Amino acid sequence: MYLLEVRDLTKHFGGIRAIEEVRFRAKEGSIMSIIGPNGAGKTTLFNCLTGITRPTKGAISFFDMETTGLKPDSIVKLGVARTFQNIRLFREMTVIENVMVSQHCRTRSGLLSAIIRSNNFRNEEKTIKEKALEYLELVGLEAYADTVAGSLPYGSQKRLEIARAIATEPRLILLDEPTAGMNPQETGEMMELIKKLQELGKTIILIEHDMKVVMGISENIVVLDHGVKIAEGAPEEIRKNPMVIEAYLGKEH
Amino acid sequence: MFTQQLINGLTLGGVYALIALGYTMVYGILELINFAHGEIYMLGAYLGIIFLGFFTAIGLTSYSLPLALILTFILSVIFCSSYGFTIEKIAYKPLRNAPRLSPLISAIGVSIFLQNYVMLTQGATDKIFPHLFEKAGIELMGTRVTYTQIFIIAASAILMLSLNLFITKTRMGKAMRAVAQDKVMASLVGININTVISATFIIGSGLAAVAGLMVAAYYGLVNYSIGYIAGIKAFTAAVLGGIGSVPGAMFGGILLGLIESFSAAYISSEYKDAYAFIILIIILFIKPSGLFGKTQEEKV
Repeated sequence: MYLLEVRDLTKHFGGIRAIEEVRFRAKEGSIMSIIGPNGAGKTTLFNCLTGITRPTKGAISFFDMETTGLKPDSIVKLGVARTFQNIRLFREMTVIENVMVSQHCRTRSGLLSAIIRSNNFRNEEKTIKEKALEYLELVGLEAYADTVAGSLPYGSQKRLEIARAIATEPRLILLDEPTAGMNPQETGEMMELIKKLQELGKTIILIEHDMKVVMGISENIVVLDHGVKIAEGAPEEIRKNPMVIEAYLGKEH
Repeated sequence: MFTQQLINGLTLGGVYALIALGYTMVYGILELINFAHGEIYMLGAYLGIIFLGFFTAIGLTSYSLPLALILTFILSVIFCSSYGFTIEKIAYKPLRNAPRLSPLISAIGVSIFLQNYVMLTQGATDKIFPHLFEKAGIELMGTRVTYTQIFIIAASAILMLSLNLFITKTRMGKAMRAVAQDKVMASLVGININTVISATFIIGSGLAAVAGLMVAAYYGLVNYSIGYIAGIKAFTAAVLGGIGSVPGAMFGGILLGLIESFSAAYISSEYKDAYAFIILIIILFIKPSGLFGKTQEEKV
């Protein structure tokens, strides 16, 4: 069963062709990587998938549901979450608040019951907090629940972003360079975490530059260059593909 | 004399703080200075007169004054909140992706429109707010404090405390803080930005309505142009406290009220408006982001 299907996706910014007729599919429960040199259109692709950018042409469907043109919060509700390459936490809120605010879209009680603090609301509030702690435990941050998010060390902030993404209860998680700027040990921990997410039944698509990570955990790799998909396949095939080598290293003279 | 000025200052400051909150909350979320906000306050005062007049006409005021007052407050808040909600939808939402100057000009347009709309429908002359318990009061440390003053100070304090609880504890409050910090990211964790923005306008306008009503009861006179001066003062209070900061607006409002009342009493009442601005200039020299404001971080 395919969870995500991207058909002929095209995005032009004025005269610049950021993505040109890209098509691929992601299997449910798989880990997929999108690689390519700088400016290949990887982040633009993520922006289209999450509704931040409206594609010029083409279609995106999620479990056969057309999501092209939907607003970001509606896409989140369908089960797509993402993290950013440059961390975008709610820095002035505490760690646990960052995770709690993400559960917004999955809760029922409205404003009125919040004001009168009905039973229903209080129970729900308790569940939200318990769940938030669970998510923090998953990424190993439960001890920092009441710390202000902006004061966490870099690696922990990256992990908190993932906890916040999971809190929206997604089926598909898009990770934009999850190991960027990390040392080898942190990178190893991040790979473990990504595998753990897969064990929880999540489908993962990541943009990544670290080839050890890409080759180590992906089942399928899509290679973009100048907005065009130049290759797709298992890690071994991609490693040997001459077009990929050329895109990364240039033509041999 | 000192206690008297303290009470006067707190009364005035509470009102400034309530209006300033509307400026600061909208700025925090949209980075828009909502120049029409002072007009909402003015509408609150007029609506108070209209509803109270209606309740007097049908005899409710003489039957039960507290009931009439409570209903007047509730109705004015509902009406002003609807005004705020509608203004955002008509005048600001279509311009959300426009250059930042466009919604600002739109806000000034709304302000001019509302002033003239009230002038045409209610007349250009002062309207008198019914004298309910203007003279009654208690003795406190040798000073006469009217019930109206006690009511204003208490109501402002309660509203500010509730707002603080709302923002820190409730889900909508957390969503508001998230939207204020990063709109795109907030939508990516499933928060509906439009709902949060509407809630901000509804709450801010409701607070301004309460402020308008209380001032009308305090001074006894209402005019279509009162929103302008009050708006400028409250905006000053918000900047003083650090625009975008909720505790800043509360503190800035009260500080401004105290400065005005003490300087009018001890220095000269002719320049009472000027002192507030002198203090503002001094504080902005020392701390350009305002007392509670954070220095803007560069976005990567």
